[in-house]
Amino acid sequence: MFRKIGTKLILVVSVTAVIIIGVFSYFNIERQTEVLRAEVQRHANQLSESVKNATRFAMLKNDRDYIQQIIDRIGKDPAINDVKIMNKEGEIIYSSRPGNMGKMLDKQAESCYACHAANRPLEKLSMKNRTRIFTANPDSAQVLGIINPIYNEPSCSESDCHAHEPSAKVLGVLDVTFSLKDIEKQIQSNEIQGAVLAVVAIVAIGFIIGFFVKRYVDQPVKELVNATEQVAAGNINYKITNLGKDELGKLGRSFNDMTKKLDETSQQLYQSTKMASLGQLAAGVAHEINNPLTGVLTYSSFLLKRTKDNPQMQEDLNVIVRETMRSREIVKGLLDFARQSVPKKSLCNINEILDRAIAVVANQVKLNRITIERINDPELPEITADANQIQQVFLNLFVNGIDAIGQDGKIQVRTSHTSLSPRGITQIKNAVCGKTHSLIDPQHKIGGMSSIKMKIKSNGNEGFVYLDPIYGNHRHYFGINLDKGSSNNLSCPTCDMSLIDKTAKCPECGGPVYKIPVPNQGFIEGCASFKDIWQRWGYVDAAGEKKFVEIDITDNGCGIPTENLSKIFEPFFSTKGQRGTGLGLSVIWGIIDNHNGVISVQSEVGNLPAGKAGGTTFSIRLPQGNTKAFV
Amino acid sequence: MMKEHCNILVIDDEQVIIDSISKIASLEELTVDSSLPGKVAFEKISAKDYDLIICDIMLLEMDGFQILNELVKRNVDTPVIMTTGYSTIENAVKSLYLGAIDFIPKPFTIDEMISLIHRAMRYSKLLEAKKKNVESVLLVPCPSKYYRLGYSCWMNKELDGSVFIGASDFFVKTVEPIKLVELLNTGEILTQASPCAKFRTDDELAHPLYSVLSGNIIERNEKVIEQPELLEKDPYFDGWLYRIIPTEFDYEMKILIPCSSDRS
Repeated sequence: MFRKIGTKLILVVSVTAVIIIGVFSYFNIERQTEVLRAEVQRHANQLSESVKNATRFAMLKNDRDYIQQIIDRIGKDPAINDVKIMNKEGEIIYSSRPGNMGKMLDKQAESCYACHAANRPLEKLSMKNRTRIFTANPDSAQVLGIINPIYNEPSCSESDCHAHEPSAKVLGVLDVTFSLKDIEKQIQSNEIQGAVLAVVAIVAIGFIIGFFVKRYVDQPVKELVNATEQVAAGNINYKITNLGKDELGKLGRSFNDMTKKLDETSQQLYQSTKMASLGQLAAGVAHEINNPLTGVLTYSSFLLKRTKDNPQMQEDLNVIVRETMRSREIVKGLLDFARQSVPKKSLCNINEILDRAIAVVANQVKLNRITIERINDPELPEITADANQIQQVFLNLFVNGIDAIGQDGKIQVRTSHTSLSPRGITQIKNAVCGKTHSLIDPQHKIGGMSSIKMKIKSNGNEGFVYLDPIYGNHRHYFGINLDKGSSNNLSCPTCDMSLIDKTAKCPECGGPVYKIPVPNQGFIEGCASFKDIWQRWGYVDAAGEKKFVEIDITDNGCGIPTENLSKIFEPFFSTKGQRGTGLGLSVIWGIIDNHNGVISVQSEVGNLPAGKAGGTTFSIRLPQGNTKAFV
Repeated sequence: MMKEHCNILVIDDEQVIIDSISKIASLEELTVDSSLPGKVAFEKISAKDYDLIICDIMLLEMDGFQILNELVKRNVDTPVIMTTGYSTIENAVKSLYLGAIDFIPKPFTIDEMISLIHRAMRYSKLLEAKKKNVESVLLVPCPSKYYRLGYSCWMNKELDGSVFIGASDFFVKTVEPIKLVELLNTGEILTQASPCAKFRTDDELAHPLYSVLSGNIIERNEKVIEQPELLEKDPYFDGWLYRIIPTEFDYEMKILIPCSSDRS
């Protein structure tokens, strides 16, 4: 149970709350009790003074009955336990309790000792010393007593009724005792109230903290744990929803980004492994089939040469030779597809290739009552490409479009040219240090291309960093745990010469900048702290944008369901059942890839009963120049 | 002691290939011997005198390239032609680099094989004559700053970075007299070790020339098309075929042979 971060947090906060509120309540109750007692004391003193003042005149007159009456009257107050006046010999001469009258108090008794220590005559005492709290009987409430000395005054000694001696300082003592029953009750109720409040506060804090911890920590953490388990179990598409804006939310977003990238990479890896195994398969098939084909070709050609006088046989043999030659081309095509052979590229006009491809499907289009709409870019530049392969791409796409439409529809073919920034598409093929040691590492590939290897020192760690060879891409690989944003030292792995440009600062974060010479092509610069993605290659930037030719082929057919979109370029994926081989689009993908181009697809499934048309657009982008610096 | 003579030795583990080549050779009245790859092949080579060896690349027991290496090591100067059903540029390049005089992908047609055998037989004879210093055979030497792929195609780099490509005198002599020269068009792209030109001869054969480098054709020699005899008269200068901008120069140069090495 205590393994959960939420429980731990709640526990820590609750214990802290208990301690703080407990201590606070304890002192609060103590203070309240003290204040209450002081108040009672002050009140008792005041009362005692009042009694003294009320009886003063009667005392001067020595009217004992009157004094007794006053004392009786006052003593009737339920809060007052007893009011008594003792003379200086310690005899109780007045008391609200008749039974006490005439009793002698022992001046040596402990309660009297404060004033009468060592028989010293009672003199002025502070209020604290005049009060005492005691329990008269073990089972009764506490009692507060306050004594008030009655001092000798000239009016007393000079009175004609009864004269006290002028030398006497204290004539007697007024002793008022209060029952503390009510006060005690109140203190007790204060204590209970305080305790209850404390407990309620603690419980309330516990619940509030608990709620928020559960809401902001427990649930997101649970979701994160769940997500990692899902990904670990293979559900790589799992997405964390309900993301907050706090750090856990950020963590969740990074997690989603991570799984997305992981997904893309694994898709690509899957595609390339599939292609690679298909390549091996094709190689094996080519090898195995070409041997028997050689036999068929040789023997049929041989017979052809020997039967020159038999036209009927010649005709038949010609079919065998022709079909064998066709098989040879098919196997060659399979090898081409497996990317074992290089396309035969020459300068060609895409619009013309499209014309040829459309001519091939013209009859089929007419039969299915489909119109082909052309939007030609009149200024479409010529590109270097294998015209036959490109025509095959268009043909396959047209056939797919016709299949998707069935009867009555439209295929739109649009050509255009565009320019794109060199960032993200230009490969850094060469990089050296100041002493011309090559930094290109063919052992460590990023995106299938040799990376740029540098030695890195960061926070005392030393290792290697492999830069993404595509300018503007940042799939760098760090061989050490890198604290991004810290000051890193980058150097040549061969001679340790620094690659940091001390005169420059990263325009994004102000951090250090690496500067790697590219022979004959200027320098690559970038943020050496890897805190941001700033990178600059002046030479390539100056060359301007790269030019591309774009071809969009759109049909208004049935469309491709979203779940199939990611699979259509995979070999052997087919929705045509027996009619398709599942190779068409993967061949297209291979051809476009061989031309360093890109093919993408967008599709909307049509709702056939409602008559709403769907449609699919294949977009092909081919580089205008023939260079391998494209991806 | 004179060794027994035979025209062609076929090293392959597929009987149908051996039979096919035998059939084709019989049309030209040439004798064919066959061997499985491995020791047997080398025993046969040392026992008999062959004009030509045709060797498969993808063999089970021993890789065709290993055989080629072994032959070079044993100083066997019999011309070797490599063949394979797995015909890739890489295999063609490697074959020529390791010393094979030619490369033919399977399945081949009778005409392809016959033209190949013709060249090889001529090659064999030229080599023999050269060894014996027969004066009637006058080979034009390849200029020393030139480079060549195998024995057939040469290149010479100009100062402006463009490269001239042509057929070597040795190759021309294996096919002459040339009746017709077929060239690719300007703007087309050459791939190293892929056919770049076809030489047609009176005997209805077409001889392909494998390109020495990859690159874009910027100019072709129209004069050679008009006068194919230019190739025989001046193969290294006026008889050039293409001017190209190479695309993979540094990489492809590694497998070329400098003509200066011919003079040693």
